Amino acid sequence: MPQIIEAGKKMILVCCGTGCLANGSTDVYQELQQQLANHDVTVSTYTKATGCNGWCEKGPLVKIMPDDITYCQVAAKDVGEIVAKTIAKGELINRLLYRDPKTKQRVKSHHQIDFYKKQHKVALRNIGEIDPASIDDYISRDGYQALNKVLQAMTPGLVVEEIIKSGLRGRGGGGFPTGQKWKACADVESSLRYIICNGDEGDPGAFMDRSIMEGDPHTVIEGMIIGAYAVGATAGFIYVRDEYSLAVKNLGIAIDDARQKGYLGENILGSPLSFDIEIVRGGGAFVCGEETALMASIEGNVGEPRDKYVFPTEKGLWGQPTVINNVETWANVPVIINGGAEAWASIGTEGSKGTKVFSLVGKVINTGLVEVPMGTTLREIIYEIGGGILNKRKFKAVQTGGPSGGCIPAEMLDMAVDFDSLTEAGSMMGSGGLIVMDDHTCMVEIARYYVNFLAGESCGKCTPCREGLKAMLEILNNFCQGKGSDADLQFLTDISETMQMMSLCALGRTAANPVLSTLRYFKDEYLAHIHDQHCPAGVCRDLTEFYIDPEPCTGCGLCSEHCPVEAVSGAKKEAHVIDPAICIRCGECRNQCKFDAVMTR
Amino acid sequence: MTACIDMQDLSSILNRYPPEKRYILAIMQDIQGEYKYLPKAGLQMIADYVDAPLSRIYSMATFYKAFSLVPKGRINFKVCDGTACHIKGSKIIIDQIDKYLGIKPGETTADQEFSMETVNCLGACALAPVVVANEKVHPKVTSSGIIDIIKVYGGPNDAADN
Repeated sequence: MPQIIEAGKKMILVCCGTGCLANGSTDVYQELQQQLANHDVTVSTYTKATGCNGWCEKGPLVKIMPDDITYCQVAAKDVGEIVAKTIAKGELINRLLYRDPKTKQRVKSHHQIDFYKKQHKVALRNIGEIDPASIDDYISRDGYQALNKVLQAMTPGLVVEEIIKSGLRGRGGGGFPTGQKWKACADVESSLRYIICNGDEGDPGAFMDRSIMEGDPHTVIEGMIIGAYAVGATAGFIYVRDEYSLAVKNLGIAIDDARQKGYLGENILGSPLSFDIEIVRGGGAFVCGEETALMASIEGNVGEPRDKYVFPTEKGLWGQPTVINNVETWANVPVIINGGAEAWASIGTEGSKGTKVFSLVGKVINTGLVEVPMGTTLREIIYEIGGGILNKRKFKAVQTGGPSGGCIPAEMLDMAVDFDSLTEAGSMMGSGGLIVMDDHTCMVEIARYYVNFLAGESCGKCTPCREGLKAMLEILNNFCQGKGSDADLQFLTDISETMQMMSLCALGRTAANPVLSTLRYFKDEYLAHIHDQHCPAGVCRDLTEFYIDPEPCTGCGLCSEHCPVEAVSGAKKEAHVIDPAICIRCGECRNQCKFDAVMTR
Repeated sequence: MTACIDMQDLSSILNRYPPEKRYILAIMQDIQGEYKYLPKAGLQMIADYVDAPLSRIYSMATFYKAFSLVPKGRINFKVCDGTACHIKGSKIIIDQIDKYLGIKPGETTADQEFSMETVNCLGACALAPVVVANEKVHPKVTSSGIIDIIKVYGGPNDAADN
């Protein structure tokens, strides 16, 4: 889907996703506009602020089309040179091009970069290519064609059939077949039905939904309108975290523009379909990502879940049949309709069709958003796309599925990632966070981190979750301080099993996953904490003492320079020493050391 | 603190929405956005406006993490404690802020200058660990770097005596 660029014109795309914004892309964008206005450039240009390109590690990214040049880590001070050389004369600026770490060659186009080569963009197809605030940009890339198609050539039943045929499963975590959900809702007798987009992305380390809402809001809206047509809904809600201010803003603009063009409102495109969308801003409660809690929140209540003996498709929002799907799920709908279910389902695995967007973060070289076919192995994602582990350290585990997921060890790196394989491994797909951990990450502390997070986010309605998490947290806190016993380990397992069986909602039922998966794959670390009062990763402060091995130490002084408490001493070019009485065990010396001389005991 | 709350401003926020219970959350968000906390007078006004008991408004104000019932400091440090930031050392940053300013997450210094809160994920994982001071994003903060940041905003050079 190439965007039509007028002949002789250059288009400059500045990534203004959250990562790039935080890195100063607004300055780059403004500087570009100013310089282009002042500079005597004979080439006519237009500049666009796009959504997230995914490669946050190298941001701010500037892409120049049709030349297909991608500049990395651009600062406002580089803009003058870009305008004078690349825009005016077509010259490449070598130092801004990505340098392939393997070949040591500079690379011009992002298509030649390993990070992008293995990706297959479906849900993210437009992001980074269009201005999210322009409905015309979206339309120029087949936008709203799927809506036209269903309104003109398909009955609602056929639309549902098509989604069922595609095998699309919910991208928010559960992996429930989307088409079945739609069918269940359409089959209920009712004069009033609702559509909800779940954009309450609460998993720490996951930001794929945010990027879609920010970078391509119309695809979500188009998906929802098609869903409304299929099930006969008249009103829709997008529930989005209020902290996602750019997403709220871009969705708002998109909804207004869609109304103007007749895609939302009464008699959409002259058809009998009437449907409109309202944005509801979430209040920052993790549990509201759970669908019944989310609906309670839209209704103006505390976001507590309810038992789902009656599904939302039957009795949902205000007691009416409701379809609730995740952002990424909605973003796939227009593609399925446009290209047909079969083409869409030609990628992926038997049980998990299509692609999945992951946010690849943690101790990995290329932090960012990646979209790959279901069934891609963890090794491909982490090593080929992600470029491997930071500072050449050793891979220990990858955490998937957020606080409800689990940690997957190195032995399973060749596992093909899909809904079922992750569940089998004791984790889950979740919304798609992949947090890479190295040998400096303590798995007991990670379990403690998630349990602490969930203990704070548990709504407190049901006892197993509320009390179970509290008890687990106490045990794990003790472990991290070297105060634990084998009996505690057993107790931890017992609580976990009880919570899995007895909790009211998915938050509680899956809350034990981080504990159970780390116990399953990293039991030796637990035992080291309990029996030896030792934290092998050197993270738990009560169990760690940093010291410098005089052999590899070159006396470069980096450690003492970065020590916040002046605990490191030593003459230049001589082995340094850490004073354990002053040391606060922050590990900064170890992070800084280039010679692996900082050790723990 | 509530003395300086302008009732006129508060009611203009209320009037942005129809007096229905489903807008309680939105109204509270707008008030929080304006005042950086929810003044007691505001909670009472919402209760009257949507005709709900004050207890219900209070339960929502305490349930949702976005709200604070106490004012924030002039400089509010949001330390990201999402997983990516956590494994790259956000805990030590929290401890350092506590050490130098004497405040824990959710607290404000007695002189109303600084407050600290932790947030779950800012989605800027490439910059981990991240600290946001009011609106300014500070990327890849280290245990020594946070001391410089505190100083830039007028904080003390030495650790707090507590």
